[in-house]
Amino acid sequence: MSILIAIGFWLVAWGINAWLAGSRYSGRRAVRIAIPGLFGLAILVLWQGVVTGLAVPEVILPAPSRIGGAIVANLPTLWIDFVQTILKGGLSGYLLGTSSAVVVSILVDRVPFLRNGLLPIGNFVAALPIVGVAPIMVMWFGFDWQSKAAVVVVMVFFPVLINMVAGLSASDRMQRDLMATWGASYWQTLIKLRLPAAMPFLFNGLKIAATLALIGAIVAENFGSPTLGMGFRISTAVGQLALPLVWAEIAVAALAGSVFYGLVVVVERAVTFWHPSQRGR
Amino acid sequence: MKYGPVIGILAVIVALWYGACIWLNAAWTYDQAARNGNLVTISLLLSDAMVQKRPVLPAPHQVVQELWRGIVGYSITSKKSLVYHGYVTLIATFWGFLLGTGLGVVMAMGIVRSRTLDLGLMPWAIISQTVPVVAIAPMIVVLSNSLGFGDHLGVSNALVSKTIIAAYLSYFPVLVGMIKGLRSPDQMQLDQLKTYGASELQGFWLLRFPSSVPYLFASLKVGIAASLVGAIVGELPTGAIEGLGARMLIGSQFGSPIIVWAALFAAAILAGMLIILVRLLETLVIRRMGVGA
Repeated sequence: MSILIAIGFWLVAWGINAWLAGSRYSGRRAVRIAIPGLFGLAILVLWQGVVTGLAVPEVILPAPSRIGGAIVANLPTLWIDFVQTILKGGLSGYLLGTSSAVVVSILVDRVPFLRNGLLPIGNFVAALPIVGVAPIMVMWFGFDWQSKAAVVVVMVFFPVLINMVAGLSASDRMQRDLMATWGASYWQTLIKLRLPAAMPFLFNGLKIAATLALIGAIVAENFGSPTLGMGFRISTAVGQLALPLVWAEIAVAALAGSVFYGLVVVVERAVTFWHPSQRGR
Repeated sequence: MKYGPVIGILAVIVALWYGACIWLNAAWTYDQAARNGNLVTISLLLSDAMVQKRPVLPAPHQVVQELWRGIVGYSITSKKSLVYHGYVTLIATFWGFLLGTGLGVVMAMGIVRSRTLDLGLMPWAIISQTVPVVAIAPMIVVLSNSLGFGDHLGVSNALVSKTIIAAYLSYFPVLVGMIKGLRSPDQMQLDQLKTYGASELQGFWLLRFPSSVPYLFASLKVGIAASLVGAIVGELPTGAIEGLGARMLIGSQFGSPIIVWAALFAAAILAGMLIILVRLLETLVIRRMGVGA
């Protein structure tokens, strides 16, 4: 019975979405949020309906209502794990890694030898499975969040470096000549022209780095961690078959990842409001 | 002369590595000397740093030795052979890549075709990538073990979970690239096909798909690297005993950094080979289609 209701809800939601997408309101901001919102809600309802309707065992897939219950019941645990993994491990590594990549990219841009030599290597390294340094970092920096931050630093460094170096050469010849005719020094040109022109590229790198940072912070916990942290909690809770808690941690990780990414996008819109890809909105 | 700077930088990196190696491994020498009451000399510091069994940072030649031993030293079916572990990871990477690419292409076709999917599904595809996949990885492993997908297909359950994780990471670049590619024909070309009376299916095969191929290959290169990362990550929480990721885990648990470094380099070599392979395929296909230079 509950399956039928869920499927019915799904069909109705799909119908509304199809109507909304075809209607003349489809450009509106509220509609653009409502459509994926309804889509997600329909999936949740379908999930709940199928799980209760078919009596799926909790070990395989707990219902969304049970996961919601686990989130409420374990709020303090979820919070300390969040602080340990996302704020201490992920965020500090992200800030350190991306800012050092920006500094190095300016250096690389200034020295042709570095640009010719380091850039092909950087391009290659960016495609490597860098998560593999996690065990090494845990050996070097111990079990606590410092080793997680170190993994994140290494993971985010190269994508940001490559994008930033590309960005620094994004201003065209005419613009740089204009700065030269005004008698601008290297640093004036850098700050007034080339850094702003590099911003869309930088944010591309920052967005890639945002998702990598959380992966790095959680993977490193598999190689040893103090008795807290999201990766630690998930692997121990899986062992105890405390599946609602596992899914609660996953939900927090998903939410944290999306908010983190969303924040980068918000800053990007504020900084690169002049870029064609942002103006069309 | 094109490769001059690259070789130069590589030489600098190796030199720095040796330097760091002497500096970081000195503590062990001092420790030993203090115990035995010896005097620490420069030559002792230098020679010790190169040959420790459990160094803080192994010297490059130690890593190369271990790598060489791992690749050619054992028969390729041996549990100590890096070729064997690399093969296990490669299989998962390959299936994950295939599944992820297929999923990405199909989703892109749906999104380009239907505006409802575009508005409803696309935001969730983006959100799916902001979710750290490794958080879900242990869950996928448990699910595929308890549901026994692998038993039905006649393969190991570990392969199924690794494949799913690899596909999860690799479908997104393909999706984004294919959407861009399928939308790349301009209105004039679409209109012309319409005047020829081409059906939508013909329009897809004759125009949209061919013009998306360059975009597809650009994202395949990203996708295969992501898929390898997924396969390695998938080997970490499973208590797996096979594969490069498991090799790293074993090395870190037994406290032998050289094994970890060798596995890391083996993974890097594998990544390089896969990317070169995709590039070759790209050149072949592009030449066959008669576009490009």
